[in-house]
Amino acid sequence: MREVVLETPGDFAEWRNAARRLLADGVPPADVSWRDGGEGASLFGDAAAAASGEKISLPRELVEIADRAICHRDAETPARLYRIVWRALRDRQLLARTTDADVDWLRKADKAIRRDIHKMHAFVRFRRLGEAAARESFAAWFEPSHRILRLAAPFFQRRFYGMDWAILTPDARAIWQDERLSYGPGGTKGEVPDRDIVEDQWRTYYGAIFNPARVKIDAMRSEMPKKYWRNLPEAQDIAPLLAGAEARVERMREAAVSMANPLTDKWRTRVRDEPTLTDEIETLAGLGRALDRCTRCPLHCDATQAVGGEGPKAARIMLVGEQPGDREDLEGKPFVGPAGQLLNEVLYDAGLERRRLFLTNAVKHFKFEPRGKRRLHQNPTTAEIDICRWWLDQERRLVQPEVIVTLGASALRGVTGKSASIRSMRGTVHELAGGTKMIATIHPSFLLRLPDRARAEKERQAFVADLALARKLVA
Amino acid sequence: MSARPILEKLAVLADAAKYDASCASSGTVKRDSTDSKGIGSTEGMGICHSYAPDGRCISLLKILLTNFCIYDCRFCINRASSNVERARFSPQEVVRLTLDFYKRNYIEGLFLSSGIIRSEDYTMEQLVEVARILREEHRFQGYIHLKTIAGADPGLVALAGLYADRLSTNVELPTEAGLSSFAPEKKPETIRKTMASVRVGESDAIEAAKSRLIGKAKPPRFAPAGQSTQMIVGADAALDDDILKTATNLYSGYRLRRVYYSAYSPIPDASLDLPPKRPPLMREHRLYQADWLLRFYGFERAEIMEGARGGMLDLAIDPKLAWALQRREAFPVDINRAPRELLLRVPGLGTRAVDRIVSARRLGRLTLGDLAKLTASVKKLLPFIVTPDWRPGRLTDSADLRARFAPPAEQLTLAL
Repeated sequence: MREVVLETPGDFAEWRNAARRLLADGVPPADVSWRDGGEGASLFGDAAAAASGEKISLPRELVEIADRAICHRDAETPARLYRIVWRALRDRQLLARTTDADVDWLRKADKAIRRDIHKMHAFVRFRRLGEAAARESFAAWFEPSHRILRLAAPFFQRRFYGMDWAILTPDARAIWQDERLSYGPGGTKGEVPDRDIVEDQWRTYYGAIFNPARVKIDAMRSEMPKKYWRNLPEAQDIAPLLAGAEARVERMREAAVSMANPLTDKWRTRVRDEPTLTDEIETLAGLGRALDRCTRCPLHCDATQAVGGEGPKAARIMLVGEQPGDREDLEGKPFVGPAGQLLNEVLYDAGLERRRLFLTNAVKHFKFEPRGKRRLHQNPTTAEIDICRWWLDQERRLVQPEVIVTLGASALRGVTGKSASIRSMRGTVHELAGGTKMIATIHPSFLLRLPDRARAEKERQAFVADLALARKLVA
Repeated sequence: MSARPILEKLAVLADAAKYDASCASSGTVKRDSTDSKGIGSTEGMGICHSYAPDGRCISLLKILLTNFCIYDCRFCINRASSNVERARFSPQEVVRLTLDFYKRNYIEGLFLSSGIIRSEDYTMEQLVEVARILREEHRFQGYIHLKTIAGADPGLVALAGLYADRLSTNVELPTEAGLSSFAPEKKPETIRKTMASVRVGESDAIEAAKSRLIGKAKPPRFAPAGQSTQMIVGADAALDDDILKTATNLYSGYRLRRVYYSAYSPIPDASLDLPPKRPPLMREHRLYQADWLLRFYGFERAEIMEGARGGMLDLAIDPKLAWALQRREAFPVDINRAPRELLLRVPGLGTRAVDRIVSARRLGRLTLGDLAKLTASVKKLLPFIVTPDWRPGRLTDSADLRARFAPPAEQLTLAL
């Protein structure tokens, strides 16, 4: 039987060195007896220098877990960990055997340690030391369940770099001063100031943020167990808050509704005037404001906003697409998504300047089906196109284009009121009532959907030709 | 106004903020104070520094800049016509409180909201100013959540996104009808447009990061913890189906990180047409469960509603179980063979348990005894699973299966 005495319980380096020596000597776990030496005989870090024994290759995950688990206060911890390491060297899959008793213990111990660290990060309460110093300094007293100070302290260093602080626990203390983290022996509660002026504000906040109508004591206690309460300044208010909760809610229920605050009307000066929809809209801006409140069909319920046409009132060519897509819906502008970018390139090739055109859609609201994190485009129905035609007609009336180019079947329906195939209409110049000329072509998103590159290029050329035809008509 | 003691103002303005459910400080980028030599850090996972007796986490200093408000939303304690006590902080006072609390490790950061004063733009400017002082003058690296004021200028929203970790715009009520009757000044399209401008800010920042030239300075991040919203449940007549429909639209359209469902709880000096009853906490809980099914379990809204009646989720049992009882043909599921997506549909198996099962079964067939180590409770699983040592037989189809899970009906108490 080999006896190993650990001088500093919870120190990973000391345990690791001992384990390495045992493994090098081939000592089976059953032949080792682990014992705690005098608490605090040496401090953290010193043992690391005396590393000896062969380096052993273990799964990284196991080393990380063991580094935490060694802090567990269970006296069996060093022996358990040695047995797990011994077994892991002979079974590379050991950690994945979640139903194994040792692995189950290790996972639970690790979970307990991580929870303890997390709770320490949460429940340490600093109190300010003195007021005069240029650099603020603080101290806290904390009683963790396990020997976790060295695992919890780096968090406070990362968070509170710009102030000095010390955290005292019964086992050890951590001190951050002059931008250096050091450890020292355990302390007592009496070494830390017994109050801090800001605690009154914190307790006021704690009382005010509590909603007496939703008392859930068990939920509070499972996350903030009573063992922590004695070092939490706000915890002294829990009992009085609970005692008064029912009465507070009862008062709210019974209180008769009072008169409206006499200043209400003075405050609410800015109640917005609702412009009404009117057939006598004379500017594009006015049309846009009216469109903003369109409720002619249910599409307005889910879309972000109506997307009206964009371009100069004097535009000679109007391009009509199908409906705004995801990006257009978010930005409130037509043709700014992928199809819009493609359209920009095609317009360039056709010799057209986008800023001189009026771009709009047959349907002004985005129609989609939510699917997880995305919205899938859905084609508008003929009914939706026909209802929305009122807006397109207003745009046509105000802009009076010489040529309208319809992009896709929905646009064709929106402009002509009839369904027809693009193929049958394409390549010729149609004349609409009032003398406006119309060219029917594809929607740019059609090109985006073609997988065959040769075919896509051919279709693109035809698209450019259609747009170039529109340019020639107004030349 | 500033002569008023800070404690009094804090009591008023924290009380006014408590109806906002969110106190999350998670999901942002990792950063700390090592380089800035100031204070503050965020480590991805948020920390709850305390818990109120209502069981809710206190992670952030959650306050209003002011509870004066020119709007008159009837469900809100701060509406113009309410007789609630009013107060207003200066931006400097909020900065001071945040830093004082932060240095004592009470909080992860600030969640600042406000009543609407003067105008949407003015209010948003004030909120942004607090965040700016914290970040620029105090090098504060902690978490900041700003309320975006619906209708504020997109330029201000963009600025808010540079300072804040998270932005949120509350939907308030899940249906348009509810909103127009309870919050006459709020317009659903204005709220949606504000959310869209946050979404556009996010995606522009991502694009800028992708396309930046080598060696050029890192483009600023935009609200790295994303945006969230809150809906009040039980104040109006909206059904659970309406609420989940709105939620799916918000998740898909604006990539919200979270939708919070807040059971309407009675407020002092309430408007007459609001229910003066206990908040529907169980309904809120079921909505959260349904929300989780949507986001982490591969359920579509229509599937969740299969287990509902009249558009309302079953209050007695959880929505996954309610769905499974309507879809018994899908069960039992073989724990050792079923793909992950199917395991996620087993009532009683959470995402973690499923992950553990999937990794453990690679090393050997799992029995009921093994499952007991991997999940919280095997009993609930029994009607829905098959293992080498267990077959549910007719249990899966038994008529009283719901009764096995639903809590016994409460005996009516007689009023004497």
